[in-house]
Amino acid sequence: MAEIMVRVENASFRYPNAKEYNLKNINFEVEKGEFLVIMGENGAGKTTLCKVLSGIIPHSQEGSYFGDVTICGLNSKEHALSTLTQHIGIVLDDPESQLFTTEVLDEVAFGAENLELPVDEIRRNAQWAIDVVRMQGYEEKDPTRLSGGQKQRVAIASALTMQPEILILDEPTSQLDPIGTLEVFQVVRELKETYHMTIIMVTHKSEEIAQFADRVLVLHAGEVLAQGTPQEIFRNQEVLDKAWLAIPQASEVCVALEQQGIALNGFPVVLEEGVQQIGQLLNGARKEMGA
Amino acid sequence: MTETAISVERVTYRYHNGFQALTDVDFQIRKHEFVAIIGQNGAGKSTLLKNLVGLYKPTQGNIVVNGINTRDISIARLSTKVGFVLQNPDRQLFANTVEEEITFGPRNLKLEQAEIDRRLEHALEMTGLGPLREDFPMALSAGDRAKVVIASVIAMQPEIIILDEPTTGQDRRGCAQIMDIAKDFQNRGFTVVVVTHHMALVADYAERVIVMCQGQKLLDGPTAEIFTQTQALRKAFVMPPQVTQLAARLQPQLGQQGAVLHTKELADLVARQYFSGKESSIQ
Repeated sequence: MAEIMVRVENASFRYPNAKEYNLKNINFEVEKGEFLVIMGENGAGKTTLCKVLSGIIPHSQEGSYFGDVTICGLNSKEHALSTLTQHIGIVLDDPESQLFTTEVLDEVAFGAENLELPVDEIRRNAQWAIDVVRMQGYEEKDPTRLSGGQKQRVAIASALTMQPEILILDEPTSQLDPIGTLEVFQVVRELKETYHMTIIMVTHKSEEIAQFADRVLVLHAGEVLAQGTPQEIFRNQEVLDKAWLAIPQASEVCVALEQQGIALNGFPVVLEEGVQQIGQLLNGARKEMGA
Repeated sequence: MTETAISVERVTYRYHNGFQALTDVDFQIRKHEFVAIIGQNGAGKSTLLKNLVGLYKPTQGNIVVNGINTRDISIARLSTKVGFVLQNPDRQLFANTVEEEITFGPRNLKLEQAEIDRRLEHALEMTGLGPLREDFPMALSAGDRAKVVIASVIAMQPEIIILDEPTTGQDRRGCAQIMDIAKDFQNRGFTVVVVTHHMALVADYAERVIVMCQGQKLLDGPTAEIFTQTQALRKAFVMPPQVTQLAARLQPQLGQQGAVLHTKELADLVARQYFSGKESSIQ
């Protein structure tokens, strides 16, 4: 049986001035090497859940917190944030709030330096992380003067340098160009496959989710509305309507065809499946014509 | 009267540290156009926008907005002609209520109260923010915060509206609402320029696309034409929307001309082909 890296049991949280609970009785588990995506509309509680998963809640965010979050076997309530961060890395959705040094390389190395790793190893990890996020040549630049997308990539590199077992990414590609977005997902796949890292990512990008994620958890009004493979979630019209989820365009074409009474042999969620299934449909029509 | 809204004339822009962000960029935007500017992170898109709204002045070349060179007009005056919606809406919010936020600009123009009220109602109507007029802007959802910024820009009655990645971090509903407001603005006879990485929105809303790459204009043309140039787009770290890629792969079977931009359009093409195949098989 696969090792459970994150276990969330009956977790609820309310910010000090909130009228109702922002997270309500959340339960789920994440296995080692799994890539879990959290989807949901604006205000569904996605960022709050990231804070709960990383131990920021309850350690440095005020509010009412109930339930248990176990990270690598450690209950987050019982261990200091400094202990938890040895296992878990987090990239926030506002990279600016995480940048504070005057050089990109220092920024990327800072977290690892705090963990008191050997200097050589930190340098090596930092350079690897910079290469991974395509920021070579920017090592000595001032992070605050970078473009939004570049800042986002530096923030990811900072988390990667610490080589955490669990990486939490809150909308890490919201400001990235399409190829940059694809590259981040490819990096995530490599981290997962080569380093068995466990990845939890908040994102709206359904086409990349379909291609790369193992599982999707849908939040709605602070509750878990659904869990399943990308295929299962994108097929579930009720969930899509309720949570205002975007689906891949290949799936949208399939839904539009169904409305015209045409069924494909499957439900495409990635480009290749769309090419194959629509191709088959058209070939079938042509074969009948020949027969 | 000129029909050109913005004329970018061989513009080069160099920052104080010597970094040249724009090189010899040249294009015209006609009144009533909806133009998307796309390209990789760091391609110079935001620098270009800051030049368009007069925050930066070109190192070489000129930018002419509604016939006026940006060098010859104050930023305050220019802001009544060109509205600018920044990438992060929260940086533009500061007032205690939505109403106060929207009327801040018009009040600074020392307009009469009746005119301020008229503009407020107009901006609320265009953005659908009426029910939230008394609310505290920072407490609103990300989608509504973005709409408040757009409303306050609309209240200045610009003829051109420029949006820098307005849908960043927005969910499906937020994206559609923001782009619909921009489209509505265009339908009322005005000009829209939007920088975005969201290719499906470009396909759905923009008629023309300008592709920036390393500070230069790489491509410029009708959206459907630009999205057929996959190789060149890749150089700018962008890709056509998935539906366009899907249709291109199915072209041998569908036989369509040019790029397909919308999912409904592709479904209709497939359905027509499918039913015509069936029909001939029955005959």
